[in-house]
Amino acid sequence: MSLSNEQVENIAHLARLGVNEQDLDTYAVNLSRILEFVEALGTVDTSAVEPLAHPIDMVQRLRPDEVTESDQRALFQSVAPSVEGGLYLVPRVIE
Amino acid sequence: MAWEVVIGLEIHAQLATRSKIFSGASTAYGAEPNTQACAVDLGLPGVLPVLNAEAVNMAIKFGLATGCTIAPRSVFARKNYFYPDLPKGYQISQYELPIVHSGEVLIALEDGRSKRVGLTRAHLEEDAGKSLHEGFEGVTGIDLNRAGTPLLEIVSEPDMRSAKEAVAYMRKIHSLVRYLGICDGNMQEGSFRCDANVSVRPKGQEELGTRTELKNLNSFRFIERAINFEVERQIDVIESGGQVVQETRLYDADRNETRSMRTKEEANDYRYFPDPDLLPVEIGEADIQRARAELPELPDAKRQRFMEQYGLSESDAGQLTASRELADYYETVVEASGGEGKLSANWVIVELGGALNRDDLDIADSPVSAARLGGMLRRITDNTISGKIAKDVFDAMWRGEGDADAVIEAKGLKQVTDAGAIEAMVDEAIAANPKQVEQYKAGKEKLLGFFVGQVMKASKGKANPAQVNELLKKKLSD
Repeated sequence: MSLSNEQVENIAHLARLGVNEQDLDTYAVNLSRILEFVEALGTVDTSAVEPLAHPIDMVQRLRPDEVTESDQRALFQSVAPSVEGGLYLVPRVIE
Repeated sequence: MAWEVVIGLEIHAQLATRSKIFSGASTAYGAEPNTQACAVDLGLPGVLPVLNAEAVNMAIKFGLATGCTIAPRSVFARKNYFYPDLPKGYQISQYELPIVHSGEVLIALEDGRSKRVGLTRAHLEEDAGKSLHEGFEGVTGIDLNRAGTPLLEIVSEPDMRSAKEAVAYMRKIHSLVRYLGICDGNMQEGSFRCDANVSVRPKGQEELGTRTELKNLNSFRFIERAINFEVERQIDVIESGGQVVQETRLYDADRNETRSMRTKEEANDYRYFPDPDLLPVEIGEADIQRARAELPELPDAKRQRFMEQYGLSESDAGQLTASRELADYYETVVEASGGEGKLSANWVIVELGGALNRDDLDIADSPVSAARLGGMLRRITDNTISGKIAKDVFDAMWRGEGDADAVIEAKGLKQVTDAGAIEAMVDEAIAANPKQVEQYKAGKEKLLGFFVGQVMKASKGKANPAQVNELLKKKLSD
């Protein structure tokens, strides 16, 4: 499978990665090679294999519904770039 | 051309757990911003989600109440998108293997018939935080207290054919989750939210039309209006030669219109994949049995029982079982009244319902307790007061003037049943209105009501109406 430059741009946008125009060709080739490498798996007959959701063959442990966390806002916000009135501030997101 | 409307709903119900779905932070509403957002909720590096057992239990209860299949094995997946109120860059949700699927509910249609609405699935996921735009210049404030609150997303089949049916379905689910005690149903606080998928197609056509998704439908009134607006809009687009674009549209209640939310084509490319931080969830027969044992009597069963046990009409029983609180209130009134099922139903629906509506109160905030209302009804059935006087007593109780006996005593409302006293008033009414007596005797029997009115007036409403009636009839025919 071979990716177009347009698809590479779309993937980059979905991951919020900036890609320079002149690098697009290289990324397209490299990403296509990775896909080709993985494509080898497609030749295996998996019709009798149950889909795997997790490599560890165990079941999710549950925790009782109890409040165990205390308020650590001051600590968490001490490393935030910008806070005001207890809120984390981010660049304006509404159009 | 005749058009058919096709609607499917996605309802997000916040589960009423104490702690979050994957962390031990509190879910209490209204706390100071970010004081209930722990390291897991913030998506800090190195944290691991651990699933809340009660969220699973609540999902099972919902599944049991709607005839769903409870998945013996379900899987959490990451739904990837970027938004500042989603700190990890993905929402933990379920995709291919939801916790429950393939159920149904019955909704009551306006003509009294009922209709089946299929449930595709209900899955567990975490809520996002809140973005606050107002009061900031060039920035957005993020409150992550809500991040990680457990949600049950309930997805219906596209089985509804009108906005009214959609509302009836939404009310049904709303009532059900509150009966089950798995969601407080508070729409103002966002505990119960709804998106609608709406499309139209020419009547008789099998193939579905292109749908739009309506967001922000946070009241029963809005959902009906928004869908009706959107249906008209889609028909206009098609009839003027255009095509409906598959997109998300936001309902603006102030303008009563829907408008396109985002046009970016990639908006729905969520790249789901199983979350490696969480193992598959297994639900065994023991888990299901435990949840089943905790199920309360559900609305449909309760309605049927009310009809049989109290002799109520389907409509009255339906109204009284709309919420568990109202149904409990009603049954307490019946008990306190000494088993007066129908009388209690009338008072709860008409007088109490009217007063609650007028003062915009919930049944839980009723100034008149069920025990007091039932106690008052006893005074009607034992002839201490008439039904008419009872309305005054009820109003006084509503204003906080004590229980029925105290009000009757304080206002001297005790019914006059003394035959002598009533006879005197009857005689007086007959003597004072000779013309009407003549007309009555000439065959105008409707005038009996006039005389009853005169006597009731003279007694300030306190004469026993049955006795007055009887005595008047006797005296006027002499």
